[in-house]
Amino acid sequence: MTVTKPLHHDAAKLHVTGQARYVDDIPTPAGTLHLAFGTSTIACGNIKEINLDDVRQARGVKQVLLAQDLPFANDVSPSAHDEPMLSDGTIHYLGQPIFLVIADTHLNARAAARLGQITYDEKTPILSIEQAMAADARFEDGPRIYAKGDVDSALKSAPHRLTGRFEMGGQEHFYLEGQAALALPQEGGDMVVHSSTQHPTEIQHKVADALGTPMHAVRVEIRRMGGGFGGKESQGNALAVSCAIAARATGQPCKMRYDRDDDIMITGKRHDFRIEYDVGFDDTGKLTGIDFTHYTRCGWAQDLSLPVADRAMLHADNAYLLPAARITSHRLKTNMQSATAFRGFGGPQGMIGIERVMDHIARTLGLDPVEVRKVNYYAPHSELAETSNGAGTAKRFGGAYSPVETSADNTTPYHMQVKDFILHEMTEKLLADADYAKRRAAIMDWNATHETLKKGIAFNPVKFGISFTLTHLNQAGALVHVYQDGSIHLNHGGTEMGQGLFQKVAQVAASRFGVGMDTVKITATDTGKVPNTSATAASSGSDLNGMAVQAACDTLRNRIAACLADLHQVSPEDVVFADGQVHVGAVSLSFAKAAQTAYENRISLSATGFYKTPDVAWDRIAGSGQPFFYFAYGAAISEVVIDTLTGENRLLRVDVLHDAGASLNPALDIGQIEGGFVQGAGWLTTEELVWDDSGRLRTHAPSTYKIPACSDRPDVFNVALWDGENPAETIYRSKAVGEPPFMLGISAHLALADACAACGEHDADLQAPATAEEVLQAVHRARG
Amino acid sequence: MNVTFLLNGETVEVETHPTQTLLDWLRETKNLTGTKEGCNEGDCGACSVMVTDNAGARTLNACILFMPQLEGKAVRTVEGIASSDGTLHPVQQAMVDHHGSQCGFCTPGFVVSMATAHLQGRTDHDDVLAGNLCRCTGYAPIIRAAKATEGVPVPVHMHDTPITDDGKTVPWAPETSDALAEWYLANPEGTLIAGATDVGLWVTKHFADLGDVAFLNRCKDLQQIDETQDRLRIGAAVSMTDVLNAVRMAHPSYADMIRRYGSEQVRNAATIGGNIANGSPIGDNPPALIALGATLHLRRGDTRRALPIEDFFIEYGKQDRGEGEFVEAVTLPKSAPNLRCYKLSKRFDQDISAVCGCFNITLDGETITSARVAFGGMAGTPKRASATEAALVGQTLSSETAKRASVALASDFTPLTDMRASADYRMQAAQGQLHRYFADLTGQQTNVLEVQP
Repeated sequence: MTVTKPLHHDAAKLHVTGQARYVDDIPTPAGTLHLAFGTSTIACGNIKEINLDDVRQARGVKQVLLAQDLPFANDVSPSAHDEPMLSDGTIHYLGQPIFLVIADTHLNARAAARLGQITYDEKTPILSIEQAMAADARFEDGPRIYAKGDVDSALKSAPHRLTGRFEMGGQEHFYLEGQAALALPQEGGDMVVHSSTQHPTEIQHKVADALGTPMHAVRVEIRRMGGGFGGKESQGNALAVSCAIAARATGQPCKMRYDRDDDIMITGKRHDFRIEYDVGFDDTGKLTGIDFTHYTRCGWAQDLSLPVADRAMLHADNAYLLPAARITSHRLKTNMQSATAFRGFGGPQGMIGIERVMDHIARTLGLDPVEVRKVNYYAPHSELAETSNGAGTAKRFGGAYSPVETSADNTTPYHMQVKDFILHEMTEKLLADADYAKRRAAIMDWNATHETLKKGIAFNPVKFGISFTLTHLNQAGALVHVYQDGSIHLNHGGTEMGQGLFQKVAQVAASRFGVGMDTVKITATDTGKVPNTSATAASSGSDLNGMAVQAACDTLRNRIAACLADLHQVSPEDVVFADGQVHVGAVSLSFAKAAQTAYENRISLSATGFYKTPDVAWDRIAGSGQPFFYFAYGAAISEVVIDTLTGENRLLRVDVLHDAGASLNPALDIGQIEGGFVQGAGWLTTEELVWDDSGRLRTHAPSTYKIPACSDRPDVFNVALWDGENPAETIYRSKAVGEPPFMLGISAHLALADACAACGEHDADLQAPATAEEVLQAVHRARG
Repeated sequence: MNVTFLLNGETVEVETHPTQTLLDWLRETKNLTGTKEGCNEGDCGACSVMVTDNAGARTLNACILFMPQLEGKAVRTVEGIASSDGTLHPVQQAMVDHHGSQCGFCTPGFVVSMATAHLQGRTDHDDVLAGNLCRCTGYAPIIRAAKATEGVPVPVHMHDTPITDDGKTVPWAPETSDALAEWYLANPEGTLIAGATDVGLWVTKHFADLGDVAFLNRCKDLQQIDETQDRLRIGAAVSMTDVLNAVRMAHPSYADMIRRYGSEQVRNAATIGGNIANGSPIGDNPPALIALGATLHLRRGDTRRALPIEDFFIEYGKQDRGEGEFVEAVTLPKSAPNLRCYKLSKRFDQDISAVCGCFNITLDGETITSARVAFGGMAGTPKRASATEAALVGQTLSSETAKRASVALASDFTPLTDMRASADYRMQAAQGQLHRYFADLTGQQTNVLEVQP
């Protein structure tokens, strides 16, 4: 079967030869115009006066548009309609688009966009958490609070108690392909838009609103993105809408792509967080209660901040049973870029909070941090199954995902039973494979004999909830055609951003028809083929679209089977699709012949497929329900070395064991794990966003914002897949793998903290990102 | 004006202007869209191309490479890496086989860098690829692919032969330093363009009108390295790649710092003269050259003068360089066994220094008899730490000396806070580098890059 094979990325050969086409590579019709935004130079205030004479007279400029020139909706928000595409007169952040230049070339548009003369009534921007809290500048009317048990009593009666605070920075996506869109005006005012987006339906929706047309007048297409990571879930709206409006205004095709600096100055990033904690625990390190407070700077507009902050709360437990917990979340409105989706979607931020707590407890009690984690783990699924079996009430776990009733508390702070927990087994395997105990002892010895350099080692588990927390998004559609020559046209609502989704889904299709991969043509995501799609996000791409494609394929297969069964007088169950053949009882014919036969017998060879995730229900206000279909698991051990004189540091070795269920494609899954780890480690080490006191982002180019380079990957990098099946009924029992491995990178930060702790008796309290500067400060703190 | 060069083996003659970039021409005029724009400033490598001239093949960033710089050379883009019959180049096949691409946008740049290194027989993959950023893979599969092609035969078509252009003159590109001196004297407001790793950004990011320009890449006599028994004289237009090779034996620590300066693509373009003349307080060559006691050679018309390099840097944005005067060469001693250069940045490779500390003492037995210590990133110019030097001379190589010198260092500088580092950290790290120097000279392990798992 084609699923489970480690096939290479479907476009690998196109990638390496430069033939893979991205939005900016699409040949454009003659007369295509190019766009650029003129942006604000202050972070907060009102526009007093705008003089665009120089812009209009600049070389190559055709038109310049302001907010009042827009024909319909001036709104590119994915959520609360609070994001005007062009400023309505109020300035919310430095870099906010104010006017739109339409010119003959990209360079001329960019150059002209610098020439606007704008005066402002400037106000003091709200930038810090303190300023936002003081001004009560927030989204929603107050903090969200999720709770379980009596936290206050649990803390009061706890044998030990600690408090702490952890600050972590945000993260620029730095997809290598910047945001880009191309609009091609059609007859009758219709619009075709090519957009580098994870969410074509939303692009369609926003463009339709901006043009004052129904959605049927807009078709959006995307074959591939040059990276997304969440940064193209909502941030492409402004470019697509601009292109459509400009194309409508000029009657000519219009293209817009952000230069890298513009991209970083205008678009949102990962949310930064401050997490405060107050934790009670016993002598073994087992938690009795914990009180978390999250503060996150959401920037100027709501965008996706509410579900991001929710997901941070939903991962405040990570892999640990919290007998009593309270999580309070402040979503603060600040005069900065509007923070947005980024791989993990708040999960990493929530998770690192409790990982810090585990290490804090371990250091306080003098225990191995892994042991503290293990005593706090959720109960294993096997134990739960036995417990319930013993009580004689419930069904055992088999292949199917059956609900387990148990009296033992194994619920999350949001009251969901954890029924598929496999980290006990995974942890033991990883500790053994990575030789953890011996290496930890060796590192202690090494540190005892080295004055200037210190090593550190750390472990972290990952339990990540899979599903959109906005329940209705958990749906997907597919469209599959079989042509009379037996070739198959595959389309679905997911988008390809490098993760290998298209190949995995094509593997599903090929498997359903029993044909080779060459038979299946992967096609661009297109709102004209599959409507009402959800963003390719929340790691859900293959779970949702794989199932939808399977449904479409099975519909066609059943039609072909029924036709052939009828012709050959066998039962449809005796028609088997395998190895490029269709076996009809004793007769075998090629799949192509089968398709042709079905066609000649007037069988419809086109089908849609649809899927909705079962068993999810979530009340985000109450903080209660089953937001996730299942959990994906992983674990990592990182080893680092630091220089105590300058704080310079690097990753030496990383061992990862990750759970992708029954992997649809182990090669692509390992690629997600390796890449996710390095991206996660980058977030917590070298990637630092710096805003100055005026609210200007000073790190807006690769010269100042440092994502990991080649030599930053660990010298030794062992990645293995956990051999298991998803107990939940997912596509071929696989598991989502896009986001979860990102959080394995937390172990790199914990290892750095371990190395800092080796420098002295005091709390090193390493914050994030752990730049060389921050590591040196932590070394000094450890030394007291 | 016209520029003639080879593109993927075919001769092209292009009507162009001085500041048109190769990247824009490839993508917009030739519709060769395999070469990508990732950052438009030479920091991501998505636009990497292979350029061959008489000195051989090297990678360059097409986004900050101006068309006139290509006269007579051979350019190979990602579209020209596979054989004409479609057979993939070994590095392309290995990238497919080892799952080295995910989103694929950085891939053409990686393929070009890897194919060029493969042609050169290089196996220092981390250095070769330091200037190619990938956000998807975490690099591990790319390195597997690179390793898999070590020793595999190079496809014949990869050996480009540049066009012989003896006797051809190119507008804006003087052939000798004499011609350059004459031109610059007549056009003192003009802009000299060497590697364009900085000037390129004036164009791509700031839309600067450079006015009259002179490209230095055809001035062969500025690209000479002259070696005497005890000194190296390095021409201003020598690329940092060639500087690295020239100092590798004599000054391994300086060479190792240059290894982290920019990236392969940047070092292949950037010149030592540009790095000095530019006067940046965070250029990495000046502190090393100051610590070495190098001499800077300036020329204006037929007038030449020489000065200690530290005297060239007067204050931020101001150098001791007259109108129409240019950097011709730098001379440095070959012997400095105690020279150590420490580059500190957020990321090891391809990052601008927060602090670059260079130390050079001479010892007579246990006693420090002379000291030259210079820093980048600690002041408005690259600057000697004179109080620190004074605290070192006459003392022994002890921790007491290091401590005293470290106190003196605090009086030498008042660094600034910016996005790279805070003022306090800069000072602490500079003092840390001083302690490291002592530990280093006494044989302790001080470099995290040398620690193995």
